[in-house]
Amino acid sequence: MVRGSRTVIDDLSFDVAPATVTGLLGPSGCGKSTLMRAVVGTQAKVTGTLDVLGSPAGAAPLRASVGYVTQDPSVYGDLTARQNLDYYASVLGIPRRERADQVTRALTDVDLMSHADALTGNLSGGQHSRVSLAVALLGSPRLLVLDEPTVGLDPVLRRDLWDLFHRLAAERGTTLLISSHVMDEADRCQSLLLMRSGRLLAADTPQALRTRTGTDSVEGAFLHLVDEAREAESNS
Amino acid sequence: MKPSRTLATARRVLRQLSHDPRTIALLLFVPVLLLVLLYYVFDADRRAFDSIGASLLGIFPLVTMFLVTSIATLRERTSGTLERLLSMPLGKGDLIAGYALAFGVLAIVQASIATGVAVWLLDLNFAGSPWLLLLIALLDAILGTALGLFVSAFAASEFQVVQFMPAVIFPQLLLCGLFAPRDTMQPVLEYISNVLPMSYAVDGMNEVLQHTDATGDFVRDIAIVGGSALLVLFLGAATLRRRTA
Repeated sequence: MVRGSRTVIDDLSFDVAPATVTGLLGPSGCGKSTLMRAVVGTQAKVTGTLDVLGSPAGAAPLRASVGYVTQDPSVYGDLTARQNLDYYASVLGIPRRERADQVTRALTDVDLMSHADALTGNLSGGQHSRVSLAVALLGSPRLLVLDEPTVGLDPVLRRDLWDLFHRLAAERGTTLLISSHVMDEADRCQSLLLMRSGRLLAADTPQALRTRTGTDSVEGAFLHLVDEAREAESNS
Repeated sequence: MKPSRTLATARRVLRQLSHDPRTIALLLFVPVLLLVLLYYVFDADRRAFDSIGASLLGIFPLVTMFLVTSIATLRERTSGTLERLLSMPLGKGDLIAGYALAFGVLAIVQASIATGVAVWLLDLNFAGSPWLLLLIALLDAILGTALGLFVSAFAASEFQVVQFMPAVIFPQLLLCGLFAPRDTMQPVLEYISNVLPMSYAVDGMNEVLQHTDATGDFVRDIAIVGGSALLVLFLGAATLRRRTA
């Protein structure tokens, strides 16, 4: 995958199991967002094979079944939360009679019902990004791609959102791919993809990663793998 | 393209504006104030006011909708909402037609107020039908929307996008026949003015000013303005990409 003059992601292969929460972890600038954009189909110059829900990434039939939340909240600041959701719901083709219910459900999921009619631009940073998250929940997407959804949120809210992510996987059968650069969120995921400088260091469950590297935290496992990779680079 | 998505987009754009009453007030009443100003500028020469006032009624919708659309779509591009919309089942045509529709509605209101004030309060004497005036104003507004949408693709910031106003609009303003009749200009300039759409917007307004019926020239003028608007809308659609670097 080439971005500008630089190859951002190289030689990468992975599978994400359906109805699970998969964490995509790695330091800032390692290519997490680019990989997520490729999965959603908004990234240009992707080479190789990338199948999402049985179709090539970005194929037209996927557009209604993949929810995507960018790092910066992509909602209209000059609309209320409810108006934002209402518009995106009609773009997704949700029938008019179901729209109000879906909007209410999404706002309840992210705990924003009390601010539903406030102008999005006047909300706090965390609330603003939750409006953006709520948009992705509309229409019960089969795959949710969330780029750092919990960044800048307080611990209580972060816990609530992770509970929501697991509920979506368990109850609605949604597959979630969630990126983070905070390693302590890794233990909340059922499987992990660890990235560094555009390459995949490991893809496994948090438990297996800890056992394999003989460490007691995912952070430890990640550092161990980074050191291993560096050693391999300097030896070659 | 689906009508429901086009209409939803138009409604969303109007809802955004409805949260911004100051912008609406500026859009609707600045043209009126400028017309009144002009009326007193030509205090001693009412006939000059007729011609220039009519031309301005064609120019206002184009300029204001150009500005509003270029900023609105630039925001859409930089805030990530465009990327999100294009990752959803929204046709590019839905987005563009939605914008054109929303600002078209606004232009009709703007043109109605400005024309009403010009005709009834400022004694601007039109020979033709006020409906024809509104028709040109609407096409002008759609042309302005189309141009704004198109240039926003070439701007990375709001600073840059407002600079497109002197670059794209001012030359048309100078050459459209407002300051000097087009056939008295240096021939090269006259030729250039022949290919700029604003010239036909102003010509069309003056046709309505002078003739009671829709003349052949008037039909040609609105066909050119409408055709250019359509062409630029297609160019604008080509600048929307589902995949970006």
